[in-house]
Amino acid sequence: MSGRVIPPEGVEQHGLTREEYQKILSLLGREPNRLELGLFSVMWSEHCSYKSSKVHLKKLPTTGTRVVQGPGENAGAVDIGDGLVAVFKIESHNHPSYIEPYQGAATGVGGILRDIFTMGARPVALLNSLRLGPLESPKNRYLLEGVVSGIAGYGNCIGIPTVGGEIYFNEIYNQNPLVNVFCLGIAHKDRIFRASARGVGNTVIYIGSKTGRDGIHGATMASESFDESIEDRRPTVQVGDPFTEKLLLEACLEIMKGELIVGIQDMGAAGLTSSSVEMASRGGTGIELELSRVPRREEGMTPYEVMLSESQERMLLVAKPGLEKEILSICERWDLDAAAIGRVTDTRRLVIKEEGRTVADIPIRALTDDAPVYERPMQIPPYLDALQGINLELLPQPSDFGAVLMKLLQSPTIANKRWVYRQYDHMVRTNTVIRPGFEAAVVRIKGTRKALALTVDGNSRYGVLNPYRGGVIAVCEAARNIVCAGGRPIGLTDCLNFANPERPEVMWQFALSVEGIADACRELEIPVVSGNVSFYNETNGLGIYPTPIVGVVGLIEEVERTVRPGFRDEGDRVVLLGQTKEELGGTEYLSRIHSREGGLPPLLDLSAEKAVQKCCLDGIEAGIIKSAHDCSEGGLAIALAEAVMMSETASERASGSSWGATVVLPDLPIRRDAHLFGESQSRIIVTVAEDRLPELEQRCAEHGVSMAVIGRVEGQRLTIRAEGDSRPLIDLPLEEMRTAWEGTIESYFQEGQTER
Amino acid sequence: MRFGILVFPGSNCDHDCYHVLKHLLGQTADFIWHKETSLNAYDALVIPGGFSYGDYLRTGAIAQYSPVMKSVRDFARAGSPVLGICNGFQILLEAGLLPGAMLRNRSLKFICKDVFVRLENAQTPFTGSIAPGRVLRLPIAHAEGNYYADPETHRALVEHRQIVFRYCSADGRITDEANPNGSLDGIAGICNRAGNVLGMMPHPERCSEGLDGNTDGKSIFQSILEYHTVGRP
Repeated sequence: MSGRVIPPEGVEQHGLTREEYQKILSLLGREPNRLELGLFSVMWSEHCSYKSSKVHLKKLPTTGTRVVQGPGENAGAVDIGDGLVAVFKIESHNHPSYIEPYQGAATGVGGILRDIFTMGARPVALLNSLRLGPLESPKNRYLLEGVVSGIAGYGNCIGIPTVGGEIYFNEIYNQNPLVNVFCLGIAHKDRIFRASARGVGNTVIYIGSKTGRDGIHGATMASESFDESIEDRRPTVQVGDPFTEKLLLEACLEIMKGELIVGIQDMGAAGLTSSSVEMASRGGTGIELELSRVPRREEGMTPYEVMLSESQERMLLVAKPGLEKEILSICERWDLDAAAIGRVTDTRRLVIKEEGRTVADIPIRALTDDAPVYERPMQIPPYLDALQGINLELLPQPSDFGAVLMKLLQSPTIANKRWVYRQYDHMVRTNTVIRPGFEAAVVRIKGTRKALALTVDGNSRYGVLNPYRGGVIAVCEAARNIVCAGGRPIGLTDCLNFANPERPEVMWQFALSVEGIADACRELEIPVVSGNVSFYNETNGLGIYPTPIVGVVGLIEEVERTVRPGFRDEGDRVVLLGQTKEELGGTEYLSRIHSREGGLPPLLDLSAEKAVQKCCLDGIEAGIIKSAHDCSEGGLAIALAEAVMMSETASERASGSSWGATVVLPDLPIRRDAHLFGESQSRIIVTVAEDRLPELEQRCAEHGVSMAVIGRVEGQRLTIRAEGDSRPLIDLPLEEMRTAWEGTIESYFQEGQTER
Repeated sequence: MRFGILVFPGSNCDHDCYHVLKHLLGQTADFIWHKETSLNAYDALVIPGGFSYGDYLRTGAIAQYSPVMKSVRDFARAGSPVLGICNGFQILLEAGLLPGAMLRNRSLKFICKDVFVRLENAQTPFTGSIAPGRVLRLPIAHAEGNYYADPETHRALVEHRQIVFRYCSADGRITDEANPNGSLDGIAGICNRAGNVLGMMPHPERCSEGLDGNTDGKSIFQSILEYHTVGRP
């Protein structure tokens, strides 16, 4: 145990500051050896310790009548009735995905899946949220291809459908792409498993892949900014094996069903170290490990390498006394490695042995509760005034609004993403009611009449212009997407992607974003049950925009009540719920057509938002509303175009019945471009049969929601006219719009054979 | 009727097939672990889709050596229906129960979407209750569905009416544009010469319930039931 004295560069290489090292010395009362320093390094990394974010995350509302498990476990759990819970979480795999896109994204999927089945839930759906630089750059095309095939390679193989997601393209992500993955599973409410090592003397069992030298210091890597040296970091990226994960999934669920264990934790970031330490911490116990029993991929691995490896597809279980053999025989049936590698102790210490010799001995507290917590300094970014202050009144109005609409449909952020989602198996398990390509996915719950609506969302352009509003809008828009599918939002998970927290302006952005999320969640009564923070998304000093991504889950009591965004029947009336204001700041229109990113993002009045959502859900549940689509990027005009293009289900498309619409914009004292393409919040386009209009009017009056009947579903064109005008502002054939919208992303990849 | 659903390590459409057979059609269905060898209790077998052995080495290449496959060969030889879907089709090819081989899709990418297939042979145990020439809308989800056979094998397939499904347009035309993966002759499914072993890339179990309004896949399972109760179509 006596080690050499650690030189200063050794401390630095481990991503620890001098102050943090001093703290280690005082906690231990001695110098740590190199292995111990490595353990502190990963456990105190931003990624594992949340040392910069902890004080802010406390502001999030995490309770509610449905909450069965809030933040702090592998995933959150929300009661959905019938004795079942929805278990879900979102997580980032940004850093590894830039270094090695295929494996980075693949292991991101693997990691989030383990978080879900560790809780005793069978994963039923995956979503992802991607942020990349523009596709004009070959590097970004390479990244998108790699990330998408990585997600596909892992998710398809293990047989969990990827049912939805979203992608934004912006130059700010050129050197820091974001890959956030969301997973949802279903568990029995009374059979949720937790990551706790209880019962002194109980055996600690390792199952899954053998431990190799991959991913060592992955957690530390993910807690640093990038520079030119990133190519050298490739060895810190893990390599995924979805086939083994499939076996691990089935074996774990079988072990759980047999009630053979008291606790279980996956080996994710910081591998064997964090899994054992976290379990002991939660159990109020200690753990003693004998490393020579750990299944290894290669010979000659040091205790340091074994403890810090992030080899994938591994789990740590604490067996109930006397049931070890049954666990091992289940693993054998699934051809998985398994070994008893330690036991639970009452020492509250992590003791690591190699061939009986103690090589590390640290109090659990020192690695967890005593980890540093920072209230980092905050400061308003100096550039913010200039960014917000651009004068939009001087912006020239386009002469051809139809051309603008076509150009926006071809913005990769707005364009149809089928090139992406067709690479994902989105139907396996046969629960997918609404497939990818719409704002929320819907999966039914077998054995019940229910379904869940799922979505991920977040607009970082709003975030950089006003982080608080960015946070508020992220939550509201995600919840609105759920409502538009007929779901009642019941829980939220967030993935907070930010730049370097040691810079005061980044910390300011973070704090305000969290406040925005917290306020919106409180008003809409949606508890935050799980989440993840990803800092240091920064290369050579250039950080990303604040990018909080939220995943919202909604409950649909009867699957038949699911509503889609596309228009359905000829003659239906098109109704706009909510108000349109002159708001062009931070819009896709401003960026794409005028090449500017500035101004103030749209205002959001939380009580108005709540009323619109309640009114829409009410109308859907009463069977009045036949389709619902929210207005987001590209504003009213793009929302109408999408509703028209989504107007058929695939089966109807075969018979060639899809509908256009004729819309008359009410006279408003605002610029026409703002009316068409502004991104005013809290707006939903719905359709109703003509004879049910009075019922919708009555509901809008009850909820205090303003509504305007703006058009009719008919024809094969989208025609938008301003009230009083004789000539339409926009008049486009459906097929022309569809060709542009569907073909855009594909057109960037058209070398060689393309899918038809 | 009693169905056996084979389960290899990495099979992942096993539960979907079970759901259709058991809950939608009310039949008896059992999972058969790949290490089992007795299939005597079953009237028909389904080899479901998925990634048996992770598709490592080559799709279906390792599964063909599983202990259960010897019994599957005997089962097929005795004339009982064997339906291989997607990875199940690939396994049947590797096991030599069907001729030809699978190449990667010509896009070199995994493709998940609905396609149309035209029924080319309504006289099999799997298609007897479907009108000849009918167009079905079925989902595909594969990276290796680009069927290939040498000219001689292809000629034999045509001659013995072993081509059961071909990719087509919504109105039933066989075009290159309607071919999602580059399959020879637009082949989406073939049977053996006796007609009792069918391999198909599309997933009928994914569109049997009408979650999105489509129940075209159900007709294939219903045909098996009809064949079992009434006899040869």
